[in-house]
Amino acid sequence: MSEITPDLVRHLAGLARIDVTNDEVERFTQQLGLIVDSVATIKAAVSGDVPATSHPIPMANVFREDVVQPSLTQEQALSGAADSSDGRFRVAAILDEE
Amino acid sequence: MTNLTRKNASELVAMLQSGEVTSVALTQAFLDRIAKYNPVVNSYLHVSAESALATAAEVDAKRAAGEKLPALAGLPIAVKDNLTTTDAPTTSGSKILEGWVPQYDSTVVAKLRAEMMPILGKTNLDEFAMGSSTEYSAYGPSRNPWDLDRIPGGSGGGSSSAVAAFLAPIAIGSDTGGSIRFPASVTGTVGIKPTYGAVSRYGLIALASSLDQVGPVSRNVLDSALLQDVIAGHDAHDSTSLPEGLGSMTEAAKRSDVKGLRVGVIKQLSGAGFQAGVQKRFDESIAALKAAGAEIVEVDCPSFEYAIAAYYLILPAEASSNLAKFDSVRFGMRVTPDGNPTIERVMAATREAGFGPEVKRRIILGTYALSSGAYDNFYGAAQKVRTLIQRDFAKAFEVADVLVSPTAPTTAFKFGEKNDDPLAMYLNDIATIPANLAGIPGISLPIGLAEEDNLPVGIQFLAPAREDARLYHVGAVLEGILEAQWGKTMMDDAPDLDSLVGAFAASEGK
Amino acid sequence: MAKAELMDYEKALEQFEVVIGLEVHVELNTNTKMFCGCANSFGDEPNTNVCPICIGLPGSLPAVNKRAVESSISIGLALGCSIAPTGRFSRKQYFYPDLAKNFQTSQYDEPIAFEGSIDIEVPSGNSYTVDIERAHMEEDAGKLTHVGGSTGRIHGAEYSLVDYNRAGVPLVEIVTKPIIGAGSEAPELAAAYVRSIREIVKALNVSDARMERGNVRCDANVSLRPHGQAKLGTRTETKNVNSLRSIERAVRFEIQRQAAILAKGGTITQETRHWHEDKGATSAGRPKSDADDYRYFPEPDLVPVQPSQELIEALRAALPEKPAERRKRLQAEWAFQDLEFRDVVNAGLLDQIEETVAAGAKPQAARKWWTGELARLANADEKDISELAITPADVAELAGLIDAGKINDRLAREVVTYVLAGEGSPAAVVAARGLEVVSDDGALIAAIDAALASQPDVLDAIREGRMQAAGAVIGAVMKAMQGSADAARVRELLIAKANWQ
Repeated sequence: MSEITPDLVRHLAGLARIDVTNDEVERFTQQLGLIVDSVATIKAAVSGDVPATSHPIPMANVFREDVVQPSLTQEQALSGAADSSDGRFRVAAILDEE
Repeated sequence: MTNLTRKNASELVAMLQSGEVTSVALTQAFLDRIAKYNPVVNSYLHVSAESALATAAEVDAKRAAGEKLPALAGLPIAVKDNLTTTDAPTTSGSKILEGWVPQYDSTVVAKLRAEMMPILGKTNLDEFAMGSSTEYSAYGPSRNPWDLDRIPGGSGGGSSSAVAAFLAPIAIGSDTGGSIRFPASVTGTVGIKPTYGAVSRYGLIALASSLDQVGPVSRNVLDSALLQDVIAGHDAHDSTSLPEGLGSMTEAAKRSDVKGLRVGVIKQLSGAGFQAGVQKRFDESIAALKAAGAEIVEVDCPSFEYAIAAYYLILPAEASSNLAKFDSVRFGMRVTPDGNPTIERVMAATREAGFGPEVKRRIILGTYALSSGAYDNFYGAAQKVRTLIQRDFAKAFEVADVLVSPTAPTTAFKFGEKNDDPLAMYLNDIATIPANLAGIPGISLPIGLAEEDNLPVGIQFLAPAREDARLYHVGAVLEGILEAQWGKTMMDDAPDLDSLVGAFAASEGK
Repeated sequence: MAKAELMDYEKALEQFEVVIGLEVHVELNTNTKMFCGCANSFGDEPNTNVCPICIGLPGSLPAVNKRAVESSISIGLALGCSIAPTGRFSRKQYFYPDLAKNFQTSQYDEPIAFEGSIDIEVPSGNSYTVDIERAHMEEDAGKLTHVGGSTGRIHGAEYSLVDYNRAGVPLVEIVTKPIIGAGSEAPELAAAYVRSIREIVKALNVSDARMERGNVRCDANVSLRPHGQAKLGTRTETKNVNSLRSIERAVRFEIQRQAAILAKGGTITQETRHWHEDKGATSAGRPKSDADDYRYFPEPDLVPVQPSQELIEALRAALPEKPAERRKRLQAEWAFQDLEFRDVVNAGLLDQIEETVAAGAKPQAARKWWTGELARLANADEKDISELAITPADVAELAGLIDAGKINDRLAREVVTYVLAGEGSPAAVVAARGLEVVSDDGALIAAIDAALASQPDVLDAIREGRMQAAGAVIGAVMKAMQGSADAARVRELLIAKANWQ
């Protein structure tokens, strides 16, 4: 019995900022449920002592000198924007103050 | 000069260097072929005829003037459309980036330009490289030149079909769980995923940052070696790139003997679940290596049982984060719903319209895997499985110099065959995924056709991290042995594209 | 905005124990941003200090600024922290238009510095030990401008504009452990703590530390609990409080507001609040919800930071003197009384006076001007004294002009107003406006004679010892000379005249 429910799918879609139709919610619930069930087995495979690997090839201390490099021009920076004004990217009003 | 397009990259390089052919003539020959066949094969999303010919002309002029040129100068190449190019749109196979022309070149493309290789165009891929068949491209699938009703593999089906259909001599691909190797396997071509960090990821539109790697796609091992030698190397822009070079792959590909080379057959990647014809060609190749003096051993990698599960947690998690930047603000599609929508609404509507279903599915799954409460059981656990997989490989490499398996359980399947069950699609990657999880390099090269369906079969070799040269070595030797046995190359058996396309057009017209 | 009910401050402290927690963000003054080579600079045309990395273009990858790492370690060491032998960056994920990647590259479970402490002195002279939980590295967001609303704030805005010039600037976030036991001095402690952080990072030369520029920002967490209760109360977080004065006021306000609610049996909503300087009050922002699941995971595009012992010790050896030691030294050098020195510290004028003395002024003169006239002017204008358009060099020059007898105190105050108005340095103003004290006795005598013409009896009065009479003449002369006479000299000349005739 999967822990993936339609409510959870809607919540996750909200977190990920993707609108979903009712059809999609139903479909994702079912498909994700299948996937989650099958991947839930891995928890059993790893007992407490196994460390996590987040980087496949171990490396450390990769740094950049604090020297200014050329930037894009304002025109270049804005060239991909759907909308801009006054040298800035323009977006619809924001709902919440962060 | 249609024979030109059938020649290997190394042959073409020699012809360019000797002056036997000009780069413009060569580039034009490929462009002509692309114009003829791309509408059906759909390898290319964008053809850069003008700029390719301009580069070719520049090379020809410099050569004529006696200037010293880079080794591969004038050799045309195709580039997977998830690498940024300033002179061509970069869509990553998605509608959300339709028409986006990047403001910077990826490091790999910059290296190709420095090598003065005309870039023929950008090749098709599953949207954001998520997929194994190129069916998830927002711009239609690419078709397998061996059978146009079948997938060319994915996510890099564009590059593999381009090379297999002689629409480019070589190409650049990317591999996150097999996206270079599986397409190579089902199209009878060669593809390599280098050691993680060997090739810069700067400018590669990220899928799973800890798994992605850029690599060569070609028709034979030597060609890929030539290309890896051009594109590999440390890049200050990529903090995960290896500090040191890995030596010459070209030299490794010229070695001709495998006496005493220990080849480890991975127990978990053979037998049950593998198509009979695939298994048969694989067993024959092992026998051929043994006859050539290699030592065949069996290795046991029990943690591979969990590889797919770990992969399908790590990938969506990292991808969900990497794809968050597609929000209509700075680049890409913007969908503004009616009324007075807030930016949150615009973002959600844009991503709904711009992302395909597989991408959405993986983003939602990935968001789940990272959410508080689920992290330990999912993403956290998956990162631990990675450790187990690395340990299994380490143990295996104590008794073997290279490991081996069929690249994939099956040959090319038909379009639509695996779309209903996402798990079925994911199983294509069962043999290729472990290498990405561990960061080690892998090669796929063709070993013949499966008897049931006369479709290409690929063999995969894996080597320890940083030992990419071993792959070129054993790959070149096996290729040599098989070509000697057959008396021809793999691609000599490829069906005539003209007749395939004719039949296809006729059936489409029905 | 509905006016919140406030409990009387003393009463609030009688009933409740105050717990505060402070998160201070320090903007580093590196040449480049945290993860790319764009210039870390102010005031440039929008979106001209940006690149694929800091505007989050597909395919871009971060590269860590070495100096930012070293600065972070120095800050940690100055706060008495341990430096993590290995640490990673993490992605903190949320969607907002000023966040180019829709995640912030930060540090989550492996901060570069942790477990430190710092002693803070408050105006009363009491000292508190503030424990530091951690200091970690992260990047700043871009700047949003809201257009179309009535106040330039979010509510009612039609659209917003984004400038990513400041996106990616290196930040160090310093988090205290809960600060318990400051009682009624919690507001002062909060301000004094932030002032110390400013002093430290300025002395380390890792930040310009100008609060009015946002180089140092404070989020203040406040919670109350009944005396004797072990469990911490629900806290609110008041964000982006932009000056030391505001920090103190905001903390005080929250104590009073929360006390009023709790005393009535209500509960505190865990939420982010905003400080309104004009209203002297906080207002509710977004309530914290599970939409705040930041889904942290280790940043896969960056590799761990593992500072060597050598590096740490080298940075430790380069630490400047601690604020407390610096103050002892300065007080001794300037020979200030304890109360005088404390006034200076409490007014946040240590740096200004130090610089004024360095520019040549006598310490007492520097103190007199900064804590006197200049503080008065700043207050009247409701400005922070650091925002006044007069520099320590100006003040030193001013004091010098007085010492040289070129101007008197009254003229000096006039000169200050012109300097603040942007007319130039004190010497330039004096020359341009002809404000030098008239020291030419001839001119003074002429003016005295003119004044005496209408007040002939004054000389007799003076001779008879009625000195007050002199005042009227002096006043008339000063008026006639528009204050540019040295009043003392006028008096001398007048008396001399009286005695000679």
